[in-house]
Amino acid sequence: MNITKEQLKHIANLSNLSFNDEELEKYLVDMTGIVDFVNQLNEINTDDVEITTSILGEYNIFREDEIKESFDRELLIQNAPDSQDGMFKIPRVIE
Amino acid sequence: MNLFDLTIHELREKLEKREITSVQLTKCYLDRIKEVDEKTKAYVTVCGEYALNRAKEIDEKYAKGEKLGPLAGIPIAIKDNICTKGIKTTCSSKMLENFIPPYNATVIEKLNAEDAIILGKLNMDEFAMGASNERSAFFKTKNPWNLNKVPGGSSGGSASCVGANLATATLGSDTGGSIRQPASFCGVVGLKPTYGRVSRYGLVAFASSLDQIGPLTKDVTDSAIMLNAISGKDNMDTTSANVEVKDYTKALINDVKGLKIGVPKEYMGEGISEDVKDAINKAIEVYKSLGATVEECSIPVTKYALPAYYIISGAEASSNLGRFDGIRYGYRTKNYSTLSDIYRNSRSEGFGEEVKRRILTGTYVLSSGYYDAYYKKAQKVRTKVINEYKEMFEKYDVILTPVSPTTAYDLNSKVNNPVEMYLADICTVSVNIAGVPAISVPCGFGKDNMPIGMQLIGKHFDEETILRAAYTYEQNTNWHTMKADI
Repeated sequence: MNITKEQLKHIANLSNLSFNDEELEKYLVDMTGIVDFVNQLNEINTDDVEITTSILGEYNIFREDEIKESFDRELLIQNAPDSQDGMFKIPRVIE
Repeated sequence: MNLFDLTIHELREKLEKREITSVQLTKCYLDRIKEVDEKTKAYVTVCGEYALNRAKEIDEKYAKGEKLGPLAGIPIAIKDNICTKGIKTTCSSKMLENFIPPYNATVIEKLNAEDAIILGKLNMDEFAMGASNERSAFFKTKNPWNLNKVPGGSSGGSASCVGANLATATLGSDTGGSIRQPASFCGVVGLKPTYGRVSRYGLVAFASSLDQIGPLTKDVTDSAIMLNAISGKDNMDTTSANVEVKDYTKALINDVKGLKIGVPKEYMGEGISEDVKDAINKAIEVYKSLGATVEECSIPVTKYALPAYYIISGAEASSNLGRFDGIRYGYRTKNYSTLSDIYRNSRSEGFGEEVKRRILTGTYVLSSGYYDAYYKKAQKVRTKVINEYKEMFEKYDVILTPVSPTTAYDLNSKVNNPVEMYLADICTVSVNIAGVPAISVPCGFGKDNMPIGMQLIGKHFDEETILRAAYTYEQNTNWHTMKADI
C-alpha cells in the first residue's frame, strides 16, 4: 500500500488542514516514508490476537450525577479569540 | 557548594533547620536563570514574582513551625504542556502562545498542596511531538553539557533545566520516551510511571493511552520524593488507577542481592552505538558485583512496537488535536470569511510541520479503508507487546536496556528526516505501549563527553523495584555527582 497525492489531499481535507502545492509534495515524500515504515507490521501474524482497548483493564467507570460548581464563564471566555455578551463569536453560518 | 547544586532532600533539610530560607533559595535560582538560561534556553516562561511571593508564604509557615510537606519551599519547573492556572501554558506552539489555563492540572494542585514553588514553564517539542526540542515553535533548547547538542525531547526543557541547575526538579511528560530520553541526554534521572499512576488531568493530551507525567531530578531519591507527591487516583481522570500509593522513599534500599535482571538482546545489537553498549555492559557488571543475577533475554515483538507506536500515537493525536478550532481558545487566523475558513486556516497557520505530519498520519490510519490494516493491526501488535512483557516479568524483576541508541546529537543534524528521527525512540516506546514504568539513570559518558543513560523497566505499578535497583546503582557509582560545567 502506498499513498498518492490525491489520497493526501483527501486526508488533509479530513484533517481540516490546507497545503499549497510545494507543501503537498514535501508531505507526500514524508508520508510515503512513514507509510513504508509502518508497513513493517505486515511481517507479524496477529490472526488470533485480540486488540488492546484498555491498558489497565477498566471498563465503564461511573460516578454519582451530582451538581457541582463549574468554571466561571468570564474566566473561560478570556481565552476566546472573539466573544460577545459572554459567548464565543463566530461568522454567520445561516443566511 | 552552591545552593542550586543541591537535591530536594538536601535542601529540605537546610530549610527545615532554617539554615536557608525559601526566598533565598528562590532568588538564587532566579539569578542563575538570568545568567545561564540565555545559553540553555530551557524556560518559555519564568514566573519570578509569583515564585517569590509563594516563597514568602512558605517561609512564614516554616517560621510558625507548621508541619510542612517534603517539597515545602523547593523550586520546581514544569513542562509547558501541563496546565498552570493563571500562568501561560503554550505547548511551545503558536496555537497556544497566549493560552492562560483557568485551572491547574492535578499534579500542580498536588505540588501546591505540598508547598512546592513553581518557578516557571519549560520548552518542549510542539505538543510533545519530537525527540530533540528542535520542534518548539519558539526556540531550540540546548544541552547543558554541550550547547551545540540537542537536549533530547520532547521534555528537553525539563531535562536541560535540571542538568543546568535551573530548578531543583522538573515535571515532564512521556508518550514514547519523552522523559527518559532527554534525561539520558542531559545526565539526569527521569521516571515514567506506570500508565494510570499519575493523573493526566490538565496535561494537554497528545496520545491519551500512552501519555504519563513524571519527574526529572538530580538523583533517584528525589525521583521517589516527586513520585510520592504526584501519584494517586483522581476523579478528574478516569484512567488514573485506584491502586494504593506507596511511600516510594521506603523503596530506596541499597541492596540488589538476588534481584533478577533481564537484558533483551534486541536492544543491545545493531544500531546501538559502541559507547552506549560499553556503558551498559559496565553497569551490568556493577549489578553482578552487587549480587544481582543478570541474564540475556529476548523480546522479539518489541521491534514492532515502534511502527505500532507511530500508528497509535498518530491516531490519538489526530483526534485529540481536533479540538483546536480557533473558536473557544487558541490561535485564530486573521484570514477568514466563513466558519470553515476559521477551522482550516487557524489550524494550518497555528500548527507546526511535525504536528501536521502526525495529524496526517493519524487521520490516514483511521480513515475509511485503512482502519483495519493500520490502526486495528497496531492495537493487536500492542497486545502482543503487552503479553511479551508479562512473560518476561515472570522470569525477571527488572529489564535493563539503553535509553537511546546514541548520546545527544548535534543540533540540526537529523531534523530533515522524520523516520530517522523516529528510529531513535527504539528503546523507549515499547514501555509506553505496554504501560509499564521505567526509569532512566545516568551510567557513563561517550567519547564525545556526553552523558549516557540506562533504562530500568518494571512491572505495572512496581515502581518500587526499579527505584530500588536505580538507587543501589547510584549509591555504588558516582555518575550522578558529575555536573555540566555551565
